Amino acid sequence: MNGDDACCEGALAAGCRFFAGYPITPATEVAERMSHRLPEVDGIFIQMEDEIASMAAILGGSWGGAKSMTSTSGPGFSLMMENIGLGICTETPCVVCNVQRAGPSTGLPTLVGQADMMQARWGSHGHYEIIALSPSSPQEMFDFTIEAFNLSEQYRLPVMIMADEVVGHMNERVVIPPADQIVTVERTAPTSDPAQYLPYQPDASGIAPMANFGDGYHMHVTGLTHDAKGYPTMTAEAQAWMVDRLIGKIRDNADKIISYDTMFLDDAEIVVAAYGISARSAKGAVLAGRQAGLKVGLVKLNTVWPFPEEFFSHLSTKVKALLMPEINMGQMVLELERLAQGRCQVVRITHPGGAIINPSTILAAIQDVFEETK
Amino acid sequence: MKYWRKPLDLGTIEVTRGIVRVIEGRCKGCEICVNFCSRGVLRMSDKFNRKGYHFPETIPGRECVNCRFCEAICPEFAIYSVETNGLA
Amino acid sequence: MSARQNRDPEPLHPHDELLRTDRIPHIWCSGCGIGIVFGALMSAIKKSDIPLDDIAVVSGIGCTGRMAGYIALDSFHTTHGRAIPFATGLKLARPQGNVIVASGDGDLLAIGGNHFIHAARRNIDLTVVCVNNFNYGMTGGQLAPSTPFGAKTTTTPQGSPDEPFNFCSLAAACGAVYVARWTALHIRRVTTAIGEAMNKKGFSFVEILAPCPTAFGRRNKMRRALDLLNFYYDRSVVKHGVHPDEASLDFNQRLVVGKFVDRERPTYLDSYHMVHQREIGDWPTIEHYSTMLAKEKTEA
Repeated sequence: MNGDDACCEGALAAGCRFFAGYPITPATEVAERMSHRLPEVDGIFIQMEDEIASMAAILGGSWGGAKSMTSTSGPGFSLMMENIGLGICTETPCVVCNVQRAGPSTGLPTLVGQADMMQARWGSHGHYEIIALSPSSPQEMFDFTIEAFNLSEQYRLPVMIMADEVVGHMNERVVIPPADQIVTVERTAPTSDPAQYLPYQPDASGIAPMANFGDGYHMHVTGLTHDAKGYPTMTAEAQAWMVDRLIGKIRDNADKIISYDTMFLDDAEIVVAAYGISARSAKGAVLAGRQAGLKVGLVKLNTVWPFPEEFFSHLSTKVKALLMPEINMGQMVLELERLAQGRCQVVRITHPGGAIINPSTILAAIQDVFEETK
Repeated sequence: MKYWRKPLDLGTIEVTRGIVRVIEGRCKGCEICVNFCSRGVLRMSDKFNRKGYHFPETIPGRECVNCRFCEAICPEFAIYSVETNGLA
Repeated sequence: MSARQNRDPEPLHPHDELLRTDRIPHIWCSGCGIGIVFGALMSAIKKSDIPLDDIAVVSGIGCTGRMAGYIALDSFHTTHGRAIPFATGLKLARPQGNVIVASGDGDLLAIGGNHFIHAARRNIDLTVVCVNNFNYGMTGGQLAPSTPFGAKTTTTPQGSPDEPFNFCSLAAACGAVYVARWTALHIRRVTTAIGEAMNKKGFSFVEILAPCPTAFGRRNKMRRALDLLNFYYDRSVVKHGVHPDEASLDFNQRLVVGKFVDRERPTYLDSYHMVHQREIGDWPTIEHYSTMLAKEKTEA
């Protein structure tokens, strides 16, 4: 099946029972499959009037007790930003799948891009942390969607799947394991007496237990800065407490959240770091480089946010250069440059969008760096 | 009470009676209750509450009929009446 | 309930059981009509037989948006204009819930206008209570989609050149099953209307013309809440059942109020379950869904 379909199946396997969306190339297939699959499992699919409404609706769906998601691409992702912020602030578990196309604006609707990576990180106003995963195959669309739901339920926030048009439309074999082999995580329900319930007071795990609408806790949920009670509190102190907590719950658990795969790092002098479809091009280039006798390694990022800071900081002391191919003019590579702090060379392999980066382009860049650093 | 004609069942009707209670601290002095009290029971007090607003008080001798209009119309949930069964 | 923790030591008001009393006094200005409508909403909730755990209040941004923050029920204060789509998700995910949207005129029908018309079209089972104070109060009194032609606001200092919406006509045209308009002084009618709307299956809309003395009245020679309350009430003419197109707001002459629409139509969920649970045949040779549902009802 294709990546979009696999994303839908992953969502259902994770327990998703509410989907609100709006058609947009190249993410439409997720919604289309959801529209016939969700009713089969007593879920609700609704096509909303726009992406603003879609994002708002899945937040409502989540508070209604259903695992909820939406899918979109470029322009729709832009429209969702405001309510993604509401989801962050109100700590609402949900999943947003962005099948990236090339922008800005309407750009290339049918062709690939990876240029929303920083928008995913910073697109909504205010300062916060997010979790974003980047699948590079239909199988990962399935697996990462389950993981996205699990992370969102555990850490109470919208989790993004930063896919791209090629992964979304690529057809590959997807192995769907039996249901009993799929690990799913459910939000922690409060156990306290409703009279004592503080909807934003973290428990020992660092995350506040979440009551759903109808559970009898009569909580107040607001996008205004709020205290542990959930009440609007217009002070700098309350702001500090809330923002520290929203950021802290991700940063403090970054080790548990971050996931990446590595190849040939033991003796690598040059490392290519990549995500999404570009990680597959990178893998091809690294394998070809190894065949040519070059000591090159690969880091394939599964989670792109939070970024593996310690890992790359350490890696930059051991290698001559870090290369990052991505279908934008340099976004995630900024993180590498920041972390390397000049300790190693950081090379951008950019592409404005519309096509994937050819492995031969990456191999040529690897060879160039080896020549330069000889 | 004055009637344009005397109701035939006047002798059997029991007019409800009530007592007005004012939560002075909540009042913001909009005077809506005073203006719309059907029996003219209320007036604004000379006193101020802690927020600096005058609040309503009952006029001695005027009888509340516990229609609870003040309770329904008050935007501050600062006034209500309770029935006294004519015992007040 | 968390509202019980810091109980105001003062005497209990009958509404206190539904109020987060530790947040009272509220932020609304002296004489603001939102408090009046909020009181009516609480009365309607108390009079309804709906379990309190099953009621949620959703609001957007603005003065009226703060209503959700004062009611001691499951309550959601969302983003500007997005109360309806949020409430849509909440209702669809928990159909047994009774979801009330409390929204101001700007929130509901300017920035949120698109959501309003589509939720009414789909007949999402929501009760939408719109406090219409004819301007944006929270930001200091700017032009709203309800501001009457010629009225002064901070962004129309010479008078508004805009033609305002007739909200009731819009709601009815989009398919709302219950549409009513009252002024804030019709307090018992407002309470009844909200109660009827809550018990109505489908998209119900209650508009209340309410005073905003601080931002709207002050710029239009009606400084006191009393002036505005009386002004709206005195010009109101009750016309039940009149076509909402004719229920115009002519501030020079008369403001038509009443219950304009009360009809049956399958809700979104009714239709959703129908198309997924039975063969409906191929369009266009199918009966209209309302006919199908009516048949099912009589068969049952």
